[in-house]
Amino acid sequence: MSASSNMNWDRRTVLRAAMGLAAAGGLAACGSNTGRGGGAGSGKGLVQYFHAYGEAGVEQAVKRYAKAYKGANVTTQWITGNNFEQKLFAALLTKNAPDVFEFHPQIQMVKSGQVADLTDIIEPVKDDFNQADIKSHTVDGKIYGVRMIDDPQFLFYRPSMFEKANIEVPTTLEELIEAADKLTTSKVKGIFLGNDLTSVDRPLIWSAGADTLTADNKPAFNTDAVAEGLKQLRGLFTSGNLLLDAPADSWDPSAFIQGLTAIQWCGMWAMPAMQKALGDDIGIFPFPKVGSAGKQSVYNGGWSMFVNAKSKNVEAAKEYVKWLWIDQKQYQEDFATSYGFHIPPRTSLAESADKLKSGLPAEGVKLFNEFGHFDNIGWTQAMIASFWDVIANTVRKNGDPKAALDACEKKVDAELKKLFG
Amino acid sequence: MSTTTTRGVAQPAPAKVSKTRPRRGLRANSTFNFWLFTGPFLIGLVIFVFVPIGWSIWLSFFEARFTVTPSNFVGFDNYKQILTDTNFRNSLVTFTVFAAFIVPATWAMSLGLALLVNRVRFMRAFFRSVFFLPTAVSYVAASLIWKMSIFNGVRFGLANTVLGWFGVENIAWLANPDPPWYWLVIVTVRLWLQSGFFMILFLAALQNIPQELYEAAAIDGAKRGWQTFRHITLPQLRATSTAVILLLLIAAYQAFDEFFNLLAKATWGQPPLVELYKMALGQNQNYGAGSAGAVVLTLLICVVTLFQGKIMGFGRGEESK
Repeated sequence: MSASSNMNWDRRTVLRAAMGLAAAGGLAACGSNTGRGGGAGSGKGLVQYFHAYGEAGVEQAVKRYAKAYKGANVTTQWITGNNFEQKLFAALLTKNAPDVFEFHPQIQMVKSGQVADLTDIIEPVKDDFNQADIKSHTVDGKIYGVRMIDDPQFLFYRPSMFEKANIEVPTTLEELIEAADKLTTSKVKGIFLGNDLTSVDRPLIWSAGADTLTADNKPAFNTDAVAEGLKQLRGLFTSGNLLLDAPADSWDPSAFIQGLTAIQWCGMWAMPAMQKALGDDIGIFPFPKVGSAGKQSVYNGGWSMFVNAKSKNVEAAKEYVKWLWIDQKQYQEDFATSYGFHIPPRTSLAESADKLKSGLPAEGVKLFNEFGHFDNIGWTQAMIASFWDVIANTVRKNGDPKAALDACEKKVDAELKKLFG
Repeated sequence: MSTTTTRGVAQPAPAKVSKTRPRRGLRANSTFNFWLFTGPFLIGLVIFVFVPIGWSIWLSFFEARFTVTPSNFVGFDNYKQILTDTNFRNSLVTFTVFAAFIVPATWAMSLGLALLVNRVRFMRAFFRSVFFLPTAVSYVAASLIWKMSIFNGVRFGLANTVLGWFGVENIAWLANPDPPWYWLVIVTVRLWLQSGFFMILFLAALQNIPQELYEAAAIDGAKRGWQTFRHITLPQLRATSTAVILLLLIAAYQAFDEFFNLLAKATWGQPPLVELYKMALGQNQNYGAGSAGAVVLTLLICVVTLFQGKIMGFGRGEESK
């Protein structure tokens, strides 16, 4: 058979076949379950975004809870990397935005209509929640997120090293800097506050007796005591007693466990890993007071669940959030205490959780109650980033703290004007 | 457009007319074929390049926070903001410093490697592969290796371990801007990643230099080594060098991954793309100001490219030189 004689016919056949396949593929796609709902007989499809938790087993637990939900087919996107915020913000502008996502309370998300009002699902159990959590999620009387966990953060230390160096637990920033000096050896640095020191941004403000914003949303961080605290941190930064450029950041207990530092800023979530590695040789204390008018502080971070207000499945998403983070107390306790230690925001759960009743976790709960500060919903990511610039420019770069705080206040003021007019 | 074939002097024999007669239908319609093959790419170009550029220009005149469909027209406010922004201006300085380091360093290193592997007689393919392989590594992965294994600030980081042998204290390579050791980390990671690729370009150019030139030089008494390199090899590589420098500059403009991964939450060492990313897609979500910055940066790149083209004569015909 001549190859040329059949060439036209073959090409046409191939073209027809390809077009047929494409059409069939398109039709098939119409009926497939893409995980975003709408598939015949598959029920509602919901997508939830989670940032990657460092503790083993959390991802599996989240997926297990989602699978147990019968009201919808819930797909979990486990976002790794250190830019969860950026990925989430970018996704929220697209049609592929998650229906449900975890984040921190932020007023600009409310103002720009990105998060749905969840008051109706929280209201019946509102009194059982930590009231500071309720406050930090409330704008104009409406509640925009359900707190999943509270994460107190403090300074972890090795009592054995303190004993050897003959030092007491510091209560002021001067004492902390002095302790870091005495604890530093050729192998161990005195203290680790994270690679860029931004982890202690708000504790520094609170411990200096200031605040991020006033009750009527005006900048409240630009004080002499905060400027003085920044200067003192600069002294620590250049002293050679501060651990810098560790392979993992302060949220990870590696530096502490590996004996690279005697004191580390970290969260209560890391306690199980630390206890496993170091046994009882662990103690905790709040961020020390800065200046004479200051007071020790504990940053109560945490994560909350939000519903995308622009989702096509707002009601289904709210149902799911209510089911998991309000009704399913056993999952909430499992999530808070089985992987790392967190404090459940539900008062009844926090009081009944066995693992938080004794030892170091109980001490963490005590510090949480006594010295805790919660996020202000008006203190937005842009403002946080502005204050991080202050830390970078003054502590790490030797800029003038007062000038940097003034510049930051200007930016925060502009942000506040945009948000509140 | 005519579809009749008129080429060829000799007319075909009657029996073969059917084979040479004008083609009909889709196969014969060259305009259709042109659109068939370029159309999908053109559509992609319009959707993914031209529309976003237009959209970005449009956004730059609006207050666009947490939205890409804004309604609040602000005129040139975003341009005013970006041009008075210290961080954006500093980012241009960062880029200039980076380009000043990385362009000559990569040029010299890739040329050196090319000369080395061009001469080597033993395990030639192995050495070429070894130097080329880093090209296949992603910038993110390489940055993390540099940050976490080689240039971390603790005692078991590779660089600090080596320094420790000589009694040097641990260095915080990335946390401390004074002294600016972070440049060493950034420049070395990029050198490692891109030198292999440019080595291949130089290698190809080296192999195109006629051997007769070297032979003639030898007859004229030129010494092998520096003399022949300076008077024969280097001038013969002029066209390749120009292309390599242009490509390196473009790559320097696009610097993002290593800076973003190595210097998170820093206010120094931020090139323009990182600064604009932070502004538009980072914590601020300010698409208006970010777009204005992108327009300013684009105009700047155009000016610099035209200036560079004029200086280096790129794109000029040989006859006009």
